[in-house]
Amino acid sequence: MTSIPEPFSDQGVSGPRPLVKRYGALVRLAHWLNAVFLVGMIASGLQIYNAYTHFGIRGDLLPVPNPLDGHPVPNWARLGGWLAGGLNWHFLLAWPFVITGLVYLAFLAISGEWRSLVFRPRDIGPAVQMQLYYLKLRKEHPSQGKHNALQKGAYTFIVVLGAISALSGFAIYKPVQLAWLTSAFGGYELARYWHFVAVWLFIAFTLLHVSLVFLVDPASLRGMITGWYRGRFPSHD
Amino acid sequence: MAACGWDGGSNLEPKLRAFSRINDWVGEKVFQSPTRLAREYPVSARTEMENFPSYSITYNRTGAFPSPASLKDWVLEVGGLVHKPLRLTRSAIEAMPRVTYTVKHHCVEGWTAVATWTGVPLATIVALVRPTEQARYLRFDSFDSDYYNGWDLKSAMHPQTILAYAYNDRPLMMNHGAPLRLYSPIKLGYKLTKYLTGVTFTSERPGGYWEDRGYPWFGGV
Repeated sequence: MTSIPEPFSDQGVSGPRPLVKRYGALVRLAHWLNAVFLVGMIASGLQIYNAYTHFGIRGDLLPVPNPLDGHPVPNWARLGGWLAGGLNWHFLLAWPFVITGLVYLAFLAISGEWRSLVFRPRDIGPAVQMQLYYLKLRKEHPSQGKHNALQKGAYTFIVVLGAISALSGFAIYKPVQLAWLTSAFGGYELARYWHFVAVWLFIAFTLLHVSLVFLVDPASLRGMITGWYRGRFPSHD
Repeated sequence: MAACGWDGGSNLEPKLRAFSRINDWVGEKVFQSPTRLAREYPVSARTEMENFPSYSITYNRTGAFPSPASLKDWVLEVGGLVHKPLRLTRSAIEAMPRVTYTVKHHCVEGWTAVATWTGVPLATIVALVRPTEQARYLRFDSFDSDYYNGWDLKSAMHPQTILAYAYNDRPLMMNHGAPLRLYSPIKLGYKLTKYLTGVTFTSERPGGYWEDRGYPWFGGV
C-alpha cells in the first residue's frame, strides 16, 4: 500500500490516523434535526413573506435594503401552499426548532463542550492567523484544538443567529403581548426585517459551512453522521 | 389559492390544523394578558386612508362592497346563551359610552397600518346581555357574504375590544365595514368582523371564514 502524501503538515501526526470519537449522539442528533427544521422554517417563512413582500407600515416603508422587495418568492422555495399553510407549518416547526436549540445549548453548558466552540477574545489572534493561512499568506496550518478559531467564530455566530431568529420571531408573533421584545428589535416592522435578514445569514452560513466541510475536512462529515472521525485535526482541545 | 408550493397534502394538512389548536391554547393561556393594553399612537402617526387596505369577501367576488338590504333597518342582534337578548340600533350603540384610540393594525399578511377607531367596548354589551354560565365563546356574523368569526370570551372582554362605528374620526365607510365592525388591536385583522349583523354567545367554539380554511383560530398578537 502506498501512502498518499499529506497536503498539510498535520501538526506532526504521521502514519495511519486513529479512528477517534468526535461528536456525541446528542450533538449529531441536534445537528441533523436542526438542519431539517431550519429548511422547513425558512421555506414556510418565505411562504409567509410572500403574502407581503415589503417592510414597514403601509405608506411608510422602511428604508432598508431588500433585493426581494416586491418580488414573489419562487414556488420551489415555499412550504405550505398558501399563507395559512405556511403559517401552520411555521408555528408547528418552531416548537422542535426552539426545543432542539435549547437542549443543545443546555448540553454545551453542562458538558463543558462550550469551551471548544465559543469564540472568546483570546481567539482573535488565532482567527487572524487562520485567515492568513486560508489566504495563503501563511504556510503552516496554525495548531488548533477540536475546532480552529474561525470555526469557533462561525459556530458561535450561528448559535447567536438562531437565538436572534427565534426572539425576533416571537417579537412579530406577539407584538402586543411581548411589546418589550418587539421594541428591543426596533418595533414590529424592523423585527420582521431582522427575522428576514436572519434567513439570508442562515443560507450564507450553510453554503460556506458545507463548502468548507468538503474542501477542508471531508472526514468530519462521517464524524457528524457516525460520531467517528479519521481526519487530520484533533478531536479534543 | 392552493396553487403554489407544497401544502403538506391531504394527509398532513388536517394534522397541521389540529396542531394549530395547541398554539391557540398557548396564545390564549400563556401569551395573552386580559389587561395589557396595546400601545396607542398620536393621531399624526395615522396611515393615510388610501394606504390602509380594506378587504371584503363580497368585494373580492363582485367588485362591490356589501350592503345590508336597508341601512335604515339595520340592527345588531345580540343573543345566544344570554339572559337578556338585545336588538341594538346604531343610534342606541352610539349613545353608549364610547372609547377612541389610535392603534396599530396587524394583518396576518405581515403589513401594519395605524388608524383611529371609535366605538363601544364589547364588554359594555356583554354586561347588558349577561351571558349564562355556559357561554364561553362569541360568534360574530356579518352581511359580507358568509364571513364570520369565533372569539373566546376573554378576548372579547379586553378593554380595547370594541364595536366600532367610526374610523379616523369619521363615520365608518363601507370599505371598512359600515355600519358596525368589530375592532381590537390585540387581534389580527381577519378576526375583526366587518359589516356586523349579530353577536351570538355559544358554549362550543365557533369557526370563522378564514379559520375554516386554515388560518390560526386565536389570531392574537
